[in-house]
Amino acid sequence: MNTQEKKSWKEIPMAGVCWVPSTAYLTGDWRTYRPILDSEKCTRCMLCHIYCPDGAIAWKAETNEMVINYDYCKGCGICEVECPVDAISMKLEGEG
Amino acid sequence: MVLTTQKGPRAIALNGDEAVALAAKQCDVDVVAAYPITPQTIIVERFSEYVHDGEVDTEFICTESEHSALTCCLAAAAVGARTFTATASAGLALMHEILYVTSGCRAPVVMAVANRALSAPINIHCDHSDSMVERDSGWIQIYSENSQEAYDSIIQAFRIAEHQELSLPTMVGLDGFFLSHTLENVSVLPDETVRKFVGQRQIPLVKNHEGKFVPYKLDPENPITIGPLDLHDYYFEHKRQQEEAMRKALGIIRKVHDEYAEVSGRRYGNGLVDSYRLEDAELVTICLGSTAGTVKTVVDQLRAKGVKAGLLRIRTFRPLPVQEIIKALQHVKAIAVMDRSCSFGGSGGPVFHEIRHVLYDSNIHPHVVNYIYGLGGRDMSQLLVQKIYRDLARILETGKIDKSIKFIGLRE
Repeated sequence: MNTQEKKSWKEIPMAGVCWVPSTAYLTGDWRTYRPILDSEKCTRCMLCHIYCPDGAIAWKAETNEMVINYDYCKGCGICEVECPVDAISMKLEGEG
Repeated sequence: MVLTTQKGPRAIALNGDEAVALAAKQCDVDVVAAYPITPQTIIVERFSEYVHDGEVDTEFICTESEHSALTCCLAAAAVGARTFTATASAGLALMHEILYVTSGCRAPVVMAVANRALSAPINIHCDHSDSMVERDSGWIQIYSENSQEAYDSIIQAFRIAEHQELSLPTMVGLDGFFLSHTLENVSVLPDETVRKFVGQRQIPLVKNHEGKFVPYKLDPENPITIGPLDLHDYYFEHKRQQEEAMRKALGIIRKVHDEYAEVSGRRYGNGLVDSYRLEDAELVTICLGSTAGTVKTVVDQLRAKGVKAGLLRIRTFRPLPVQEIIKALQHVKAIAVMDRSCSFGGSGGPVFHEIRHVLYDSNIHPHVVNYIYGLGGRDMSQLLVQKIYRDLARILETGKIDKSIKFIGLRE
């Protein structure tokens, strides 16, 4: 979840100019459903990486795993639909 | 244009639209994007002649609509250009969406509005319905009493809009036909004097995504995003900033008005409100725009008869000069607020809303009544103004108000 402290109107540039790079804006707190990836089922086909509109799923070479970045994942669920082996399932945030 | 290059102020015969076009020309505008609409058309026509004749170094964009005209101005302002446009009535209504985008982006566009009624039924004549609709759009609003003031206000508007601490779009109203199409002797300043007064466009610095302070404009050397998505977590803060800039504008409008007075010798009250024989007045009308001229004549007639009549003209309607209004009305006993627009189903016209509201929290509580007048160009004659003062005298005498919101000049 986005825990960044929000600034007052006196502290920010006018007219919506970004004072930090867009990557500093964590959109993970928009999420209602959380994608859970089962590495046992996953074949590393990387379709989830290609389809993710936020670039929030990447292959980690060291462990040969697909890793979801929950700081940016908005929970759209496209990865769940596109995964050909049903390795991704969407769980309501807050539920186990 | 020989006259304007001579030294010293010269009076030339200009209608309000021509005076506005000349002012914009002298302010060395980089981009004009406009679409003609009566009664603003002459502004665009004259300016296009300046462009054709090579008298200005301005990119002139003939757009397909007012929505596009203001969008072009906004985009040009975003790269640091000085921009100007003009419209009226339905044209201003079509700009409505982009008015908010322009003020929200803090783009200092200057616009002349030749005030005209809104359709339907279709009507090309003067009232303030068009710009009153936009009073909440985040634009500074200045209303002119005559063509001279329209000329002077356009020049001041560039200094106000482009002020580093504001960067706020500014519209200057001139009453359609009464001013836009009526020849008047207008004292014009030499080109050099105006150019020196307005100077180069000022561009404020903003903190960019790397934490560096850079000019607030689209520039490949210092990339920033203008007009990004802004959600529930920061949109409110940015709106609060606009409100703060508007409050700050009160002082800056006065300051620019004072500096202009030094150059031109002309003053309009303190730049925010303009009072006439108000010092000891008991019966006062409050109005905007050209009607003030007629009211002044009636005030003089009444004063000659010993009636303590006065006038308060609101020159700057946005931001509303609350303290100046209260201060100006300290000794007043009965007020008639004149509205050249109608808030259908509301409790009186928009100027009345403001004035009576401002007085509620003040230390004074005079009688306040509202007159809706002059819609669609209906004449506001001296006889009608005299009737208003007679009504005020009766209210003061009896202490009774039969009806606080009235229509005047209407066949009942």
